[in-house]
Amino acid sequence: MITSFVLRALNGRITITIAILLAVAALVPALNILVPPGNPFHIPTYAVSLMGKYLCYALLALALDLVWGYCGILSLGHGAFFALGGYAMGMYLMRQIGPRGVYGDPILPDFMVFLNWKELPWFWYGFDMFPFAMLMVLLVPGLLAFVFGWFAFRSRVNGVYLSIITQAMTYALMLAFFRNDMGFGGNNGLTDYKEILGFSVQAQGTRAVLFAASAVMLALCLLLASAIVNSKFGKVLVGVRDAESRVRFLGFRVENIKLFTFVVSAMMAGVAGALFVPQVGIINPGEFAPANSIEVVVWTAVGGRGTLMGPIIGAVLVNAGKSFFTGAFPEFWLFALGGLFIAVTLFLPKGIVGTVEKYWQARKATRKASETSRGGDVLTAQPQAAE
Amino acid sequence: MTEETNAPRSLLYLDGVSVSFDGFKALNSLSLVIEPGELRAIIGPNGAGKTTMMDVITGKTRPDTGTVLFEDTIDLTKRDEADIAQLGIGRKFQKPTVFESHTVWDNLELALNRPRGVYSTLFYRLSGEDKDRIEEILATIRLSHRKDELAANLSHGQKQWLEIGMLLAQEPKLLLVDEPVAGMTDAETAETAVLLREIARTRSVVVVEHDMGFIRDLGVKVTCLAEGSVLAEGSIDFVSSDPKVIENYLGR
Repeated sequence: MITSFVLRALNGRITITIAILLAVAALVPALNILVPPGNPFHIPTYAVSLMGKYLCYALLALALDLVWGYCGILSLGHGAFFALGGYAMGMYLMRQIGPRGVYGDPILPDFMVFLNWKELPWFWYGFDMFPFAMLMVLLVPGLLAFVFGWFAFRSRVNGVYLSIITQAMTYALMLAFFRNDMGFGGNNGLTDYKEILGFSVQAQGTRAVLFAASAVMLALCLLLASAIVNSKFGKVLVGVRDAESRVRFLGFRVENIKLFTFVVSAMMAGVAGALFVPQVGIINPGEFAPANSIEVVVWTAVGGRGTLMGPIIGAVLVNAGKSFFTGAFPEFWLFALGGLFIAVTLFLPKGIVGTVEKYWQARKATRKASETSRGGDVLTAQPQAAE
Repeated sequence: MTEETNAPRSLLYLDGVSVSFDGFKALNSLSLVIEPGELRAIIGPNGAGKTTMMDVITGKTRPDTGTVLFEDTIDLTKRDEADIAQLGIGRKFQKPTVFESHTVWDNLELALNRPRGVYSTLFYRLSGEDKDRIEEILATIRLSHRKDELAANLSHGQKQWLEIGMLLAQEPKLLLVDEPVAGMTDAETAETAVLLREIARTRSVVVVEHDMGFIRDLGVKVTCLAEGSVLAEGSIDFVSSDPKVIENYLGR
């Protein structure tokens, strides 16, 4: 049963994408570590971490695509799940600092000593253990998505209203995390990490492994997402997007379908955040900023929503563009981003992948039509465009 | 106890059902009984409450007062849409509502009466039995030759049939059909009448329709609604000769 579930996920394009991701996971660290710095094929460590960051964004965009592209839920708060996963990882990394902090307290992170706290708050317990922290990376965003979705989907909050409350959710979390007495480091967030699983987070080898882990995790999540959308459940999901009431009157519990998808997607976003934090070295409340979540929507739209691969391509391209622009013409980046979104909406409503797909289908259709007309069956060779 | 009392006397039983929206009485103490295996046509002017009645039966709208029973015992006012669909009431909307980005085949596969939970749908595999059932429905709705095409590419009439096919796949005991021939050609209308009669051989069907010619084609018992309650009930000739019906609906 599981095998058929997974095998169904592996259509041609997905298999190729997964193969590319796995190749990248091996090749980039190799070019970083094995090729000496003078060589033109050498990839510097900062670039490895930068690309690792893009892959985390790609995973976040993939998560959004599952709910937006397939289920029609436009979440403008996916950055919140990403940030929560990031905070869970950040808390683990803070606990790993131990007595090496500026104040040298064996248990308390620096900011708590600075705030004159005497003991660790209860919600920091267990984060010194890696497996527990990883569990929280999944559970915290998943639980928030569950509670939020439970109320929103049961009350049939739809469309733009749902988008607005997801935006409000991430904004509220941002304000909460900015407060020092929340116990998450206030506006400075969590930073100054030393080690992950005993390896220095700054070391070249660790960075290479984190990059590889991001690429492999992205490949795994792509496999999972593809298995979901290619199952009967995935067809129901698209049904919910296109004709929700029809699905309901066919006897499906739409709220459960949405809830499941939303929770899975939030967990994926959490994993992306957890991989992101050790590579950039900081997590702060700025990650909850509403604008961040909106940017994810732009990446997904640029790449092509409802295509799984599109958001990955979109996230990498837009962020590479961002890195270039903010370096070359820092003041123009926001204009470029805005212009890009308008251009995509106007000229590529299906995004990059969607447009390419449409082009291929049109080509295939004309080729098929010309073949059948050569075969003499003129009736079926009517071009589709005539309708 | 005799045997007769065990078999349900009515499939659908509405008594004194009232619904009002902002003071407007969409249904005003409506009473209606549909027997098992019956094919019933419902006519009435715009705003007579035909669609609201369907909304009440399928759980979309809760009535203010009144009783709605399915198979004599199940209180439909306490259930939601998904529950009621699973009990065996299928509904066709006025505007054809199919999954346009799915193929005709997938539309039917989704509608099949199989476990509909998250887990069962994630791990669902098309069995030979399900395949046969879909083929059979495709033949009934005359769409076998277009099974691999996207539903979006179907003509209006074919979408209507596909939606009827989806309801069949659901294996309902009662089928509510809202204006099935609106926007159809005459040939399609006649074919739809045949199709509905065929379907009604194995289950109850309630058809809401404006097209009097179509209702005459169906040749069944007719209920005329006006202002939220039943104006007249009987054969098409009986109803259409009723002076109240002529005044309210048919016009002189």
